[in-house]
Amino acid sequence: MAGVRRPLARSVQLKLDVRDRVDHLPGQHYVVRLTAEDGYTAQRSYSVASAPDEPLVELFVERLEDGEVSPFLADVVEPGDELEVRGPIGGWFVWEGDEPALLVGGGSGVVPFVAMVRHARALGRLDLLRIAVSTRTLAELPYADELVAAGALVVTTREAHGIRPAARLTAMDLVPLWEPGQTAYVCGSTPFAEAAGQLLVGMGVPPTSIRVERFGASGEPVPPG
Amino acid sequence: MAGPTRGFLGRSRAPRDPRLPPGQYDAGADWPVLTAEPTPRISPDTWSITVDGEVANPTTWTWEEAHQLPGAEYRGDIHCVTTWSKFDTHFGGISVDGLLEVAQPTAEGRFVMATSKTGYTTNLPLEDVSGGKAWLVWEYDGKPLPVEHGGPVRLLVPHLYFWKSAKWISKLTLMKRDQPGFWEQNGYHDRGDPWRQQRYQGD
Repeated sequence: MAGVRRPLARSVQLKLDVRDRVDHLPGQHYVVRLTAEDGYTAQRSYSVASAPDEPLVELFVERLEDGEVSPFLADVVEPGDELEVRGPIGGWFVWEGDEPALLVGGGSGVVPFVAMVRHARALGRLDLLRIAVSTRTLAELPYADELVAAGALVVTTREAHGIRPAARLTAMDLVPLWEPGQTAYVCGSTPFAEAAGQLLVGMGVPPTSIRVERFGASGEPVPPG
Repeated sequence: MAGPTRGFLGRSRAPRDPRLPPGQYDAGADWPVLTAEPTPRISPDTWSITVDGEVANPTTWTWEEAHQLPGAEYRGDIHCVTTWSKFDTHFGGISVDGLLEVAQPTAEGRFVMATSKTGYTTNLPLEDVSGGKAWLVWEYDGKPLPVEHGGPVRLLVPHLYFWKSAKWISKLTLMKRDQPGFWEQNGYHDRGDPWRQQRYQGD
């Protein structure tokens, strides 16, 4: 564990110095596995926020009140600790940096998009990305500054933002961002991902061009079956 | 294998339910939804199931025809690779055996690729979907299977991790050789036995 930052309440950014690291693609995740003295283990997956060319792997972890792994990572872990990790994992919800993409994120579902933004910036290809993010309030949005700097449209559901009153994401928000040829990436809680996916389908985006990653009950961004 | 993680105690594990495979937790009444695509809207009128590939009689059943087959049900537990398990579920539909009996896999057809209406795929050994171990289900708790859980019809292979139980199932293709499906190409295990924690390739 090379660095621990807690810029927001109820979450933590972990920077890991991963031994024998294999470069990830933006959008992939890592599994963190904790082992107790008696051999009991618990493992969860977390999205990578860092770009492949960064020296450390950065994971964003939202602290779930009744969680088992996230409270430990949020409250206990310190720089210098050894963690067992596995990754990178996932080959579907990834952006390789060479195709136009529409990124639609809700809450901490923006984390894989931070990796994509950083990768695009490193490649000088921020022009390929269109970004819309939804959050309760701006203060609760992880990596808000980086997303706004990358041109993200920010929709706030619990407070006014600029001239826009508190409101959910609508097709009106997404239509100006959509262009044929884009792949759309949707990431967030199940209700958010469901709603955003249906908005895109309703706008005429081909379902085969939409990739969805929903959070599980444990808050992790792993998407199977 | 790494040693203990400094400061990690874990949940109290005194009353661990013996029905819970290693690394899983009891989701209780929840049934999390996890899919890689937008939820498709499929009408029973246009749904069908095809069994093809290495079979003597490639066959397609419509919704009506599938309902003419002998009914079958599953009562028991399900396990998702994202670590939740759900106890005492109740699904209704038909046994995959009934479809295989008609389609007649050849001696060489030893693996199955399950394909969904959305294009999602997952691979299974034939022996994991025959012998009373797999179903096509359209009812959950006596009601139509909700679309977000794979309705109108999903595959149910409850002794394996739940990504093998393809939602919105439309085709079972018998194959000579195993080929990785959607998640399997993306690093997940070819078999996915929860009691052996076969989560990722190499487990």
